[in-house]
Amino acid sequence: MTPALSIDNLSKSFGGLPATRNVSIDILPGERRLIIGPNGAGKTTLFNLITGDLEADAGRIRLFGSDVTALPTHRRAHLGLARTYQIITLFNRDSIAHNLALGLLGLSPRRHQMFTPLARHADLRAQTLATLERVGLAHLADRPVTAISYGEKRRVEIALALAQRPKLLLLDEPLAGLSLEERAAVQSLIAAIPRETTIVMIEHDMDVALEFAERITLLHYGEVLADGSRAEVVANPRTREVYLGH
Amino acid sequence: MIRIAVLLLALALFPLVAGEYYINLASQIMIAALFAASLNLLVGYGGMTSLGHATYLGLSAYVSAWTFLKLGVGHASAAAIALFATTATACVFGWLALRASGLSFLMITLALSQVLWGLGYRWVNVTNGDNGLSGLTRPAPFGINLDDSSAYYYFALSVVSAALWVVARFVDSPFGASLRGTRDQPRRMSALGFDVWRIRWLTFVFSAFLAAVAGLLYVYYHKYMHPSALAISSSAEVLLGVIAGGSGTLVGPVIGAALVLLLKNYASAYIERWNTLMGVVFVLIVMFMPDGLVPGIRRLWAKLRPELK
Repeated sequence: MTPALSIDNLSKSFGGLPATRNVSIDILPGERRLIIGPNGAGKTTLFNLITGDLEADAGRIRLFGSDVTALPTHRRAHLGLARTYQIITLFNRDSIAHNLALGLLGLSPRRHQMFTPLARHADLRAQTLATLERVGLAHLADRPVTAISYGEKRRVEIALALAQRPKLLLLDEPLAGLSLEERAAVQSLIAAIPRETTIVMIEHDMDVALEFAERITLLHYGEVLADGSRAEVVANPRTREVYLGH
Repeated sequence: MIRIAVLLLALALFPLVAGEYYINLASQIMIAALFAASLNLLVGYGGMTSLGHATYLGLSAYVSAWTFLKLGVGHASAAAIALFATTATACVFGWLALRASGLSFLMITLALSQVLWGLGYRWVNVTNGDNGLSGLTRPAPFGINLDDSSAYYYFALSVVSAALWVVARFVDSPFGASLRGTRDQPRRMSALGFDVWRIRWLTFVFSAFLAAVAGLLYVYYHKYMHPSALAISSSAEVLLGVIAGGSGTLVGPVIGAALVLLLKNYASAYIERWNTLMGVVFVLIVMFMPDGLVPGIRRLWAKLRPELK
């Protein structure tokens, strides 16, 4: 089977400081992959390389079999790649529905239209509401982003990516900073995402995300230290070394 | 909708009650308003602050004047050539300036506009330098003579209101929503599948095209063209108008442009240092209404309204 994401010997340094070192990972379609590692392990850098926000120094990235190493970020989105951000990155001046509408427009040829008002695209509105229904935020559709709670913003982050029906979804610490209750809500939301979508999730705190993972990749100083099924990686002595510090 | 109809009716009736001086002043305000609205697409909706927008008004005016005088073509052809040449220039200048963003973008737009201003002064064979190009006439669309101030007022009113309507539609469209998205979260917009650079470049070119339309109105009004129209002070004045009125709103730049023009016209009659007065007015606006007059007054109104009831 062609991997959804195939990373081959990827490297990236910032001014001589390596952030990603010869990373090779294959992720199969439908997989739930957890990427763990302590602060500064290069997890977010790896995401930024996959999305094209950063350009790799060496190595190849393939999405669903096609080489995207030299492709700009927006073109990768059209291949079915979506992501969320660790630091919430929403359109704060607009309503939640407008945020989602932008997500829908991004992949639609209608984004080029310069004359018909956005409000007249009624089907966009219907699709927006359907996506919000999925994440349990339909009742907040017309609220400005600034008027909702942090936990709700986290869910809008995910909804914005889900609106695009991605084939590969990158979640960057979607549980960070949430209360226990909010965390449960986001976790069940992620669990409900259908298998057509392959998910790669970064988590700093291993305990939080363990039940989500089928396979785990452990990063440390930009290198893959361990890679395998959940049980294998948890049992690996190096995991304990990195996480417990001895 | 009703408010717009009432406003248009009032503007249509204005020449029947106002004197010639005020009719001419109103025509100039409308031209300045269109110019400011065009820059507002870049500054307010796109988050790209340009200090070289006079280039597009000035270039269009010069090309129209020069082709009319030296090539002897009619007004319609001269206008078409001017709009085309200005838009083509903006394609290249936009491509150059959008290599950068933020302050560097501003500096490149400034540098490019200074090149044109220099040409305006020094390329005497074409521009007649500091003496300017004179001997121009106003066009006569459908055989209507525009030399009369009321006739010209109606001409400017139709062109400017049509152009502002197009701007309003543009801002509300999916493309307009994308443009505002690239202003607020460019990275996220790329990740969502938008080509951020292309959106900015197309907006740059469209904004220059609208400024070129304002340039035609400008040169028809004055029937004379001088390089000062290309100067940094012209670019700065229109930028001040956009910011003072409220960038990123449809009405703001129109009000701001009117304010600049009125200050210039009235203050310069009484005070020699009218520039100082303009500076003070803008400092006050920025201090008390940092996002501009229109959003500021709206907020004030929202606060006062419950108390008045």
